[in-house]
Amino acid sequence: MADPESPKAVPVARSDRSPWNWLLLIPIVLPVLTPLFNHDSPRLWGFPAFYWLQFLFILVGVVTTTIVFRMTRKR
Amino acid sequence: MSEHITEIVVFTLLFLLVSGMGFVAARWRAPKDMEHLDEWGLGGRSFGGWITWFLVGGDLYTAYTFVAVPALIFGAGAAGFFAVPYTIVIYPLFFLILIRLWSVSHRHGFVTPADFVRSRFDSPTLALLIAITGIVATMPYIALQLIGIEAVLKTMGVTGESVLARHAPIIIAFAILAAYTYQSGLRAPALIAFVKDTLIYIVILVAVIYLPYKLGGWGSIFDAAEAKFNASPNPNDGITLNANNQIQYITLALGSALALFLYPHSITGVLASKNRNVIKRNMSALPAYSFLLGLLALLGYAAIASGVKPLPGAREGTVDSNTVVPLLFDMQFPAWFAGVAFAAIGIGALVPAAIMSIAAANLFTRNIYKEYLRKDASPAQEAKVSKVTSLVVKVGAVACIVFLDPQFSIDLQLIGGIIILQTAPAVALGLFTRWLHRDGLIVGWVVGMSLSMWMLWQIPNAATGKAHFGGSAFPLSEFGFDTSRTIYVGFITVIVNLLVAAVVTLILRALKTPEGVDGTTQDDYFADEGDPRIDKDVAVATDRPSST
Repeated sequence: MADPESPKAVPVARSDRSPWNWLLLIPIVLPVLTPLFNHDSPRLWGFPAFYWLQFLFILVGVVTTTIVFRMTRKR
Repeated sequence: MSEHITEIVVFTLLFLLVSGMGFVAARWRAPKDMEHLDEWGLGGRSFGGWITWFLVGGDLYTAYTFVAVPALIFGAGAAGFFAVPYTIVIYPLFFLILIRLWSVSHRHGFVTPADFVRSRFDSPTLALLIAITGIVATMPYIALQLIGIEAVLKTMGVTGESVLARHAPIIIAFAILAAYTYQSGLRAPALIAFVKDTLIYIVILVAVIYLPYKLGGWGSIFDAAEAKFNASPNPNDGITLNANNQIQYITLALGSALALFLYPHSITGVLASKNRNVIKRNMSALPAYSFLLGLLALLGYAAIASGVKPLPGAREGTVDSNTVVPLLFDMQFPAWFAGVAFAAIGIGALVPAAIMSIAAANLFTRNIYKEYLRKDASPAQEAKVSKVTSLVVKVGAVACIVFLDPQFSIDLQLIGGIIILQTAPAVALGLFTRWLHRDGLIVGWVVGMSLSMWMLWQIPNAATGKAHFGGSAFPLSEFGFDTSRTIYVGFITVIVNLLVAAVVTLILRALKTPEGVDGTTQDDYFADEGDPRIDKDVAVATDRPSST
């Protein structure tokens, strides 16, 4: 590794800005909309909608954060 | 006790195994020089994706969560499921925040959130407030981990009559934990987390398949729960939410999510990772634990369906609802597997307890000892002070459980989640903007804290017969609204905190009050692995093969 004191060529004006970041709003907003999922039916494998829908939102969270990670990855 | 002998043997063997690992951990990914806070307190800032996943997962999803959330579902139903939206929202919410925190900390060698605030706002006073908030919020959280272990021990019948006999196993467990944390630092919980999480995943997978099979499928489990809630006099329980507790559900989920990554122990886990990509990738990998937590929460309903009756609590006439899941395992699983499950919960308490004590110790060392007591402390002295402080913190946590009513720790932890939220304007918002004035942030913090205490004081709890600190659901009718809806205290108080900080900022700006000098630059917030560091004494720590 190079001497940590040596001024390396740091790219100018780095940024985390990306339109993909807006996707992160989906898994933040979805679980907050209780009227959307606060129901017993339809049931899935015996699970009321309230439960399986929120389990589904976990998946939505995984998918969106994965997309944002891949699309904004540097190098 | 004799009927639980198999469980006790399996539990003890697994416990001894991880204790051994805790001591060996000092030599795992061994540094050249352990006598540095970066090594002892942050594992050399070198953890990759997998280790971070286990470490942060083991850190955020604690043993207490694993016994308390199903207990909540057992008692109140859908309202207790807030833990799932809470742990969904948290990762996208912190995705962009944590990478900035990591970068600026990497560049400047910050170990704690208060280090960052000190440099960003040029205010040791604000940093001190952040550090004290962090320590006060973390202490009861450590004590709660003991309650997690205690729930398991109680179920196995390892409880004596006298105070000493009742607490001896916990004192021994914590003494061992304290010893290997002292020796190995953050490496110990990082290594143990592998075992703990593997056990937890196995136990939960078996539980969610095997229990419905024994209890007639998930459909009938939910129906049994619904029948119980229909028969209860409480209007706010049920397997779905009602009109009154939806706002509470949402605001509690959002507020808790915002609070979780402000806790010093979560930040410790994040700063120990080696680069930004590790953090980003973990934001999509950590929800695997949320899935686990959701399934575990539902075991509260399985406990209803199998007719679990919680064991009596510490005081006459109360029940210890935290024993619900351990009792369910004891009832339904073969003894050896119940032992494995108990070990998973017991060991699950050790990982977060170790990280929390390290985080609290780091706060003391960096933001109180080095700031006020010994300004010229060397990195080796810092590491020494932190190691000793971590012991003190653990003794304090054990004392809380042994000498005080456990309910006191639960109340404190409830308060802890709300007071840690009051650091959000300085720590989370501070990563993006320096617009808020340092003194405005201080005034906002004071107002937010006072309002939180007042609101929590107002909340009674009919179930436990308490007049104050009965929960975090504040009745909106107290504000004069004509409704029986409730809202999460922290949600209101952090907004008030922010508004006050903004107004005071405008006033101070009009008065031309000095704002101090920003110790960070724009580019610091994007620094990544391999970028040069500013602090000279941490430069040594970067000069190691694993970080190139």
